[in-house]
Amino acid sequence: MSARGLWIDVEFCTGCMACEAACRQEHDLGPTEYGIKVVEQVLNGGQTFNYVPIPTDLCDLCARRVQQEGKRPACVHHCMAMVMEYGPLDALIEHMARRPRSVMWSPKPRPPRRPYEDLPGTTGE
Amino acid sequence: MSAKGQSEVKVVRSTTWSAGTGCHGGCGVELHVRDGRLLKVEGIAEHPYNLGTLCPRALALREYVHAPDRLLHPLIRRGPRGTDTWQQATWDEALELVEQRMTGVRARYGAESTLFVQGTGRDVGGWLVMLAYNFGSPNWMQSLPGNSCYHPRLLSMKIAMGDYVVPDSSQFSGKRYDDPAWRVPECYLVWGQNAVATCNDGLHGHWIVHALKRGSKLVVIDPNYNWLASRAAIWLPVRPGTDGALALGMLNVIINEGLYDKAFVRDWTIGFDELRTRVQEYPLDKVSQITWVPADKIAAAARLYAAGRPSALQWGVPIDFAPEGLTVALAINALWSITGNVEKPGGMVVARPAYGVTSYPMSQAAIEAMYGDAMPREQFAKRIGADRYPIVRDLHWRAQPDAVIDQIFSGKPYPVKASFIAGTNFVVGAQDPRRWRRAFESLEFNVVVDLFMTPTAMALADVLLPSSSFAERDGVRAWWSPLTSQNRALRVGECRSDAEICFELARRFNTKFQYATLEELYRFYLKPSGIGLEEVREKGWILPRAGSRELPYARHERGLLRADGKPGFETPSGKIELASSRMKAWGYDPLPSYTEPQFSPVSTPALAAEYPLILNTGSRSIAFFHSEFRNIPSLRAMNPEPLAQIHPRTAAQYGIANGDWVWIENQFGRIKMRARYSLVHPRLVLTQHSWFYPERVREDADFSAYEANGNELIPGGLHSKTGFGGAQVKSLLCRIRKVEERAP
Ligand code: SF4
Ligand code: SF4
Repeated sequence: MSARGLWIDVEFCTGCMACEAACRQEHDLGPTEYGIKVVEQVLNGGQTFNYVPIPTDLCDLCARRVQQEGKRPACVHHCMAMVMEYGPLDALIEHMARRPRSVMWSPKPRPPRRPYEDLPGTTGE
Repeated sequence: MSAKGQSEVKVVRSTTWSAGTGCHGGCGVELHVRDGRLLKVEGIAEHPYNLGTLCPRALALREYVHAPDRLLHPLIRRGPRGTDTWQQATWDEALELVEQRMTGVRARYGAESTLFVQGTGRDVGGWLVMLAYNFGSPNWMQSLPGNSCYHPRLLSMKIAMGDYVVPDSSQFSGKRYDDPAWRVPECYLVWGQNAVATCNDGLHGHWIVHALKRGSKLVVIDPNYNWLASRAAIWLPVRPGTDGALALGMLNVIINEGLYDKAFVRDWTIGFDELRTRVQEYPLDKVSQITWVPADKIAAAARLYAAGRPSALQWGVPIDFAPEGLTVALAINALWSITGNVEKPGGMVVARPAYGVTSYPMSQAAIEAMYGDAMPREQFAKRIGADRYPIVRDLHWRAQPDAVIDQIFSGKPYPVKASFIAGTNFVVGAQDPRRWRRAFESLEFNVVVDLFMTPTAMALADVLLPSSSFAERDGVRAWWSPLTSQNRALRVGECRSDAEICFELARRFNTKFQYATLEELYRFYLKPSGIGLEEVREKGWILPRAGSRELPYARHERGLLRADGKPGFETPSGKIELASSRMKAWGYDPLPSYTEPQFSPVSTPALAAEYPLILNTGSRSIAFFHSEFRNIPSLRAMNPEPLAQIHPRTAAQYGIANGDWVWIENQFGRIKMRARYSLVHPRLVLTQHSWFYPERVREDADFSAYEANGNELIPGGLHSKTGFGGAQVKSLLCRIRKVEERAP
């Protein structure tokens, strides 16, 4: 099986944050944890309404959901503008060719890094 | 039981509506529960309304349902109102007290002395009508001046067209965008609504985005440069409150340039010549001066809209809030009518409740069909506002809110003594909120029904009843199509649904109440459909039958809109009335016209010198619904503080940096918000609305109801002459200054 990823048509991404919320629910994350984070381009301090959702280190492409339940990833399923696709990277790249102003991600999860954890006096306890 | 000793996950299909998501709902969801805990909410992919998608509020339902600050038991006030002094009670004790106090008021002052108060279009509306009718009071109301939320627009359509129309997103067809009968609108005009942050009045906001993806050209009329404006072919940043002039200017272009649909105008409208004469009073140079939009842009927008085959139009609440909102809405009815977009695929289509089922009555006729003989004529005539406003007397189905507040203070023509308040937080959400609060403080007895401790409950409730989210209740829903069911997935604490609470009280208030159980009542609702309750529950949603009256298109040609079965529209003339015979009979101008806001740079230039900016309250955040959800951590994290949008250039003039706390002040008061740079009209301060801090409701003297609440800056008495529209919620004057770090 070829590697899988996410494709997002950012021209029509409205920044609705449904992807963030869907991922949080699916993975039981806390209120300020993100498996995907919607970021807005800012120009001269003002809003552009150009949003780019970025998967984080927590994104496992909904492995359990996709493999065991046969569903699309939670973010793709719930995206309000219906601008996300999940699939093999070689298929997604065709979307990119067809639709400029789109992005593709090839996420891979890794455990959270806590670089200061071992340093004395920095655990914040 | 699974190996770990946990029960199996149960999956219940239901439909969103009101508490839980806050909105007017309609989305199909799967609710996953185990051992009384909601684990997950999943959009139903094959549901024709939401197509599987869900908003962040729906996706945070777990947090909402199991929020630690939910009210779980009935509470009876033991100390003075406004103090956090409650005693937990059983349902029997609480309902006994409500019954005894309310029937006492009824015996002493008459049933009309009790108000039944709701906020926005929640399912509780239908239950409040039932309760009011069984109590015997004609005074069911919305807690907003001028009824200025959708009702001016609804009435304009009833008056001009005899029916309600909505933009056609193929929502009434199970095939949606794949239905070959549907057309992508060539032009989509969005007037005063940040539709990507909200789903209004039976329209899923993102349907507009789906149309854009399929090639619709977008025209946006909004002083706020928002997502839609950023994608628009033409953006008209209109001066707030002048939408009426803009509509008349667009009509001027379309009529004078001959861009209207001549055959449709000839066959299906009356009053075109009068309208033609009227729009001559609105040449573009004058309209441009009024609206601050360049004339060539107005002309270009009018031409693009008129050229669309078809064009769709979605409108928002600023139209209601404009002075004489009803007449502004009538002008917009004329726009889609003369361009022949009515009952066309991808245009504007008549919306009717599926299978004629009324779960939420949207007309007096619907109420009478449900509870008709429950109220004698002479009692009905006591509805507050009916003597002052002919539209309340003849057409609308609720008491007029401004007249209610006046009558509470005056006691004339009869005293108001008690209230049953459900699904509204008007101590925050009404304009001139302190006056509303004083009015209700003067009543002998107030019941509040809610899920959380709100400023309204703190200030007013004598008895506070804990209500439920949609996940905790059964029901049927037909707003508009398809016919859907709501199925209970769990219970939380001792909470009961609004339906259960109102049903139980209706039985206590009316000894002749016909129904023994709620199920019987649901079956009664479903009667016109011939569909059984079990069938709706099992299927979850049922689309209209092919060829039925609830399906577009061209129903006026096929005699499917009028009760008598003749072709045409359900108006006195049978045509769309561009000059309205009903408005004329009531003594109003039958044609649309423009009225300048009472406080504005034009009406009050001296005041504008002192307060040079325009205050536009009510920008939407997808994390919230009106005053709700600030207590839900993940949603609050999306929008932690109240925001005031301001153009960077304007901010610089006042020495305000992005993110500074600012005072926004006018002659009526001041509020504190966080400045956010954005590309709104440079003369504008655009604030989020109905902010309070739930974390401080029980501690703060004023329940934190006013500190960041734009309604503090809006006086009463600005509603329209017709009783429908106005309130200047979006067009008052203000100034801003930075909050100094160590402010006194
Ligand atoms: S694919 Fe799954 S894990 Fe990755 S961002 Fe989307 S919802 Fe989260
Ligand atoms: S859910 Fe879709 S439209 Fe919304 S922010 Fe995420 S990618 Fe964008």
